[in-house]
Amino acid sequence: MSKIPETLRYSDTHEWVEDLGGGRYRVGITDHAQELLGDLVFVEAPEADKAIRAGAVCGVLESVKAAADLYAPLDGTVVERNDGLGDNPQWLNEDPYGQGWIMVVEADASAGDGLMDAAAYAKIAEV
Amino acid sequence: MPYIAHDAAETAAMLAAVGVERLDQLFDEIPPVLQVQDMALPEGLSEMALQRELEGRALANAPLRCFAGGGAYAHHIPAIVWEIAGRGEFYSAYTPYQAEASQGTLQVIYEYQSFITRLTGLEVSNASLYDGASGLAEACLMALRIQGGDKSILVPENLLPGWRRVLDSVLGLQDIRLVSVPYDRATGTLILPADAGDAAALIIPQSNALGLLEPVDALTDWAHAHGLLAIAVVNPLALALLKAPGVWGTQGADMAVGEGQPLGIPLSGGGPYFGFLACRKAQVRQLPGRLVAKTVDGQGREGFCLTLQAREQHIRRGKATSNICTNQGLMVTAATIHMAALGGYGLQQTAVLCHERAVRLRELLAGVPGVSLPYGGAFFHEFVVRLPHAAVAVRDALLGYGLLAGLPLSDWGMGEAGDLLVCATELLEEADLLAYRGALTSVLETL
Amino acid sequence: MSDSIFDHDHHVPAVALPSDIPAALLRKTPLNLPNPAELEVLRHYTRLSQKNFSIDTQFYPLGSCTMKYNPRIAHTMAALPGFARLHPDTPAQGMQGLLQVLWELQEWLAATTGMAAVSLTPAAGAQGELAGVAMIRAYHAAHGDHGRRKMLIPTAAHGTNPASAQMAGFDVVEIPNLADGDLDMAFLDQHLGPDIAGIMLTNPSTLGVFERRITEIAARVHGAGGLLYYDGANLNAILGRVRPGQMGFDAMHLNLHKTFATPHGGGGPGAGAVAVQERLRPFLPLPVVAREAAGALRWLDEGDLPRSIGRLSAHGGNIGVLLRAHAYLRRLGRAGVGRVSAYAALNANYLLRELQRVGYQAAFPERRASHEFILSVSDLQKATGIRALDVAKRLLDFGIHAPTVYFPQLVPECLLIEPTETESKATLDRFVTVMAQIRREALEQPELLREAPHHLPVGRLDEALAARRLDVAGGL
Ligand SMILES: Cc1ncc(COP(=O)(O)O)c(C=O)c1O
Repeated sequence: MSKIPETLRYSDTHEWVEDLGGGRYRVGITDHAQELLGDLVFVEAPEADKAIRAGAVCGVLESVKAAADLYAPLDGTVVERNDGLGDNPQWLNEDPYGQGWIMVVEADASAGDGLMDAAAYAKIAEV
Repeated sequence: MPYIAHDAAETAAMLAAVGVERLDQLFDEIPPVLQVQDMALPEGLSEMALQRELEGRALANAPLRCFAGGGAYAHHIPAIVWEIAGRGEFYSAYTPYQAEASQGTLQVIYEYQSFITRLTGLEVSNASLYDGASGLAEACLMALRIQGGDKSILVPENLLPGWRRVLDSVLGLQDIRLVSVPYDRATGTLILPADAGDAAALIIPQSNALGLLEPVDALTDWAHAHGLLAIAVVNPLALALLKAPGVWGTQGADMAVGEGQPLGIPLSGGGPYFGFLACRKAQVRQLPGRLVAKTVDGQGREGFCLTLQAREQHIRRGKATSNICTNQGLMVTAATIHMAALGGYGLQQTAVLCHERAVRLRELLAGVPGVSLPYGGAFFHEFVVRLPHAAVAVRDALLGYGLLAGLPLSDWGMGEAGDLLVCATELLEEADLLAYRGALTSVLETL
Repeated sequence: MSDSIFDHDHHVPAVALPSDIPAALLRKTPLNLPNPAELEVLRHYTRLSQKNFSIDTQFYPLGSCTMKYNPRIAHTMAALPGFARLHPDTPAQGMQGLLQVLWELQEWLAATTGMAAVSLTPAAGAQGELAGVAMIRAYHAAHGDHGRRKMLIPTAAHGTNPASAQMAGFDVVEIPNLADGDLDMAFLDQHLGPDIAGIMLTNPSTLGVFERRITEIAARVHGAGGLLYYDGANLNAILGRVRPGQMGFDAMHLNLHKTFATPHGGGGPGAGAVAVQERLRPFLPLPVVAREAAGALRWLDEGDLPRSIGRLSAHGGNIGVLLRAHAYLRRLGRAGVGRVSAYAALNANYLLRELQRVGYQAAFPERRASHEFILSVSDLQKATGIRALDVAKRLLDFGIHAPTVYFPQLVPECLLIEPTETESKATLDRFVTVMAQIRREALEQPELLREAPHHLPVGRLDEALAARRLDVAGGL
């Protein structure tokens, strides 16, 4: 079973969102997503200052055997990107909720309203 | 039954296992109206009869001493090249998707990629595209992806016209505009365009369709100064002598593409050849076609495998960098063995010989009464002579002397009616050059 | 350490570069390619060849790829100097022998496919697809029908289909297959409309079964103003028996490197000739060979076919491959082509039965196999975690090439198996014995499979390291 931390919220496209307070949110992909994709070898995430829209494609994830779009889980503006992933895409496999975070987004307090809690996401990740 | 092993007993046993009585019952899910009994094909031939028939056809092609180039060149191919490339283990293997069972092919491709990066001075080479011209179309699409948003490509008017037509048909499908860059009718080389418009890249042919060398440093710098990528179109053999695209101008060209045929591939009436495409590492994710990387297995043993496959159609489907699947693998195997057999030294020597023969032939032909040289610039192994009669007629008359004298530029809608593009390679000896001069002299006297 | 060609280098004198070329245009840096002796070259590449599996040395039941015997006579004929030394720009009067061969091949392929006209120029299946959908686009444009931008493609289709449609400027709409392998007609109907350009199908499909309602599909697509494209990768299943032209297809390609026994060469070259119905003839890619009234042959060009979709390569295509396909077809003749599909189907159906007998599960057990079939090892995955890839890798240990795995993506843990007609019963029986043993191993000693292959020059390679480190050229 993949890990689904209780403290985070989730999109149905397998991104997690952590509320950092002050209108800032950290974003990454779930443990389940990295398991599906296999060994990740490349991540393309939006640069700082880029506006993203919930549900829209904002980047690319490539593994040895698959390629997947990265979807924005909420509306907002990117303020920070994890540039370490450029040389260390394996962080997404090894530590998807920690070192493998993808970006920090600035957004309204209501931006994440459509997201799921851990229990709801667990139902999606099971099937 | 040619190429089928089954005897009657075996067939019967297999049919019984399947639970049918006759072979045609295996097609019982196909609506009967769609099944036909006979087709308008000739009767089969024994191998002996087939050989006799095809040897006759081969002889019906006139054996000619070749002075024609234009993108396909007659070179010596060391005997070992096809002796090895023709081995069943290379010849009859599939694409190396099962890496453990394909280390031979994979290492050959890795060595090929290494050779091409050294010839071009760029960091990455793919495992081949169909031919030079379709490779150039792919390079243009790659430039458009890298640049994003741009909608046109600057195409020199002295690019080989056959290549231009391929760009027209392939890029036209995506409504990409090809903007022509004119060449100076007096020198035959490119005139720097006034502005770059919305172009993503400038194509820089070295040499151009007239055989002339272009001022590649200035063209590359112009492209970069205008925010364009520089796509070098090069002859791989010429690169043994000429400056590598990776060091053109102050920053170097961004991509190099070309026809690989001069590297050990027989002329074969036009194919199969192969296209090579090299680029910078920073842009490798936009590269079309296969790529091989060195890695290790679980026990730390060195090995090779296909890599960055997420660029390709079998994974990315409609969003792949290209639709290419089957490429020109065996040609790359031959080219790799060819480059190894000649070595760096042999390639350079061959290139120098081609150049010397061409210089000598040009001098000889210029001495024939009525023949002039329209262009004075430097060249590698091809040049234009201006004849006092239509080049087509002269070319046809010279067939009678056993010579393919060159390519009439009028076939391409270029130059004047008398212009003939002539090529010399290491295959031609002094006696061949003299024979050409003699034959041309007599033909011009009688026309 | 593997032995590299760069390990064989001998000192050579510097080559003097020509003085009549401006120094600024000449090479600045040494060429830096190795200079091995001829025997070193010969041994190095001979040894490398021995690390390959190939049809000439192994059974190669790679689904969708038609790895049949590549007759050597075809190779010998293509290498005749009269063909091999022919410059592509030789005027037609100097290449009548070649043009005769190509013209016959065009005629024979038209007869085999039930189509009106053929162009041999595409270099491979994917380039044939591009030509085919480009012709569909040109056809609609010629009828002022510019709104037709949608191309329907089954989810199970080969990746080149959507990639080619995309390259031709179409929007791809994927259509699902039903549980019995046939196309979802309800879904099809939903998408047929004035914006439909056409549909790309393989029949038998990539699921290894014949699409039974093909004539009905054709009628509906035509009714909506669309055209049908046939991906000829599976033509071996019906060669000499069923013609795509009669199934209702308007355009198609043939993979001559599959059905017509030309070699795969470790990745290519192939040839992807296209065949079309009369109404698409004006749009064929150039060049095409034509026979004049007096019997002389010549290349057709833009003057003859002004509405052609144009050229796909600088010359006539992969002529050497076309010569091989011609030799193969001429050798087989009218009777031989029908035997191809008959024995290909016999081998596939026999192998399917035998593999079911030793416990493997067919993806479509109710259906007749075409020239290939799909097994799913989901049951093994549930039992011991063994995946299709593990079975594939273990087969290599027995000197048998793996079937195609993970294509079509639709069937979980699938093995797509295509024996081809040129394999003997004894070879198939040995395969069944080996597969039975692998099945036992999968249940009793799964780690044996997970770590396979054990007996090859290398074991499973670290593909993640390969992509992350990206050492794609070297030797220094
Ligand atoms: C079903 C199918 N379609 C299309 C293709 C593409 O053909 P090619 O590799 O010759 O471009 C293949 C080949 O692998 C195939 O199996």
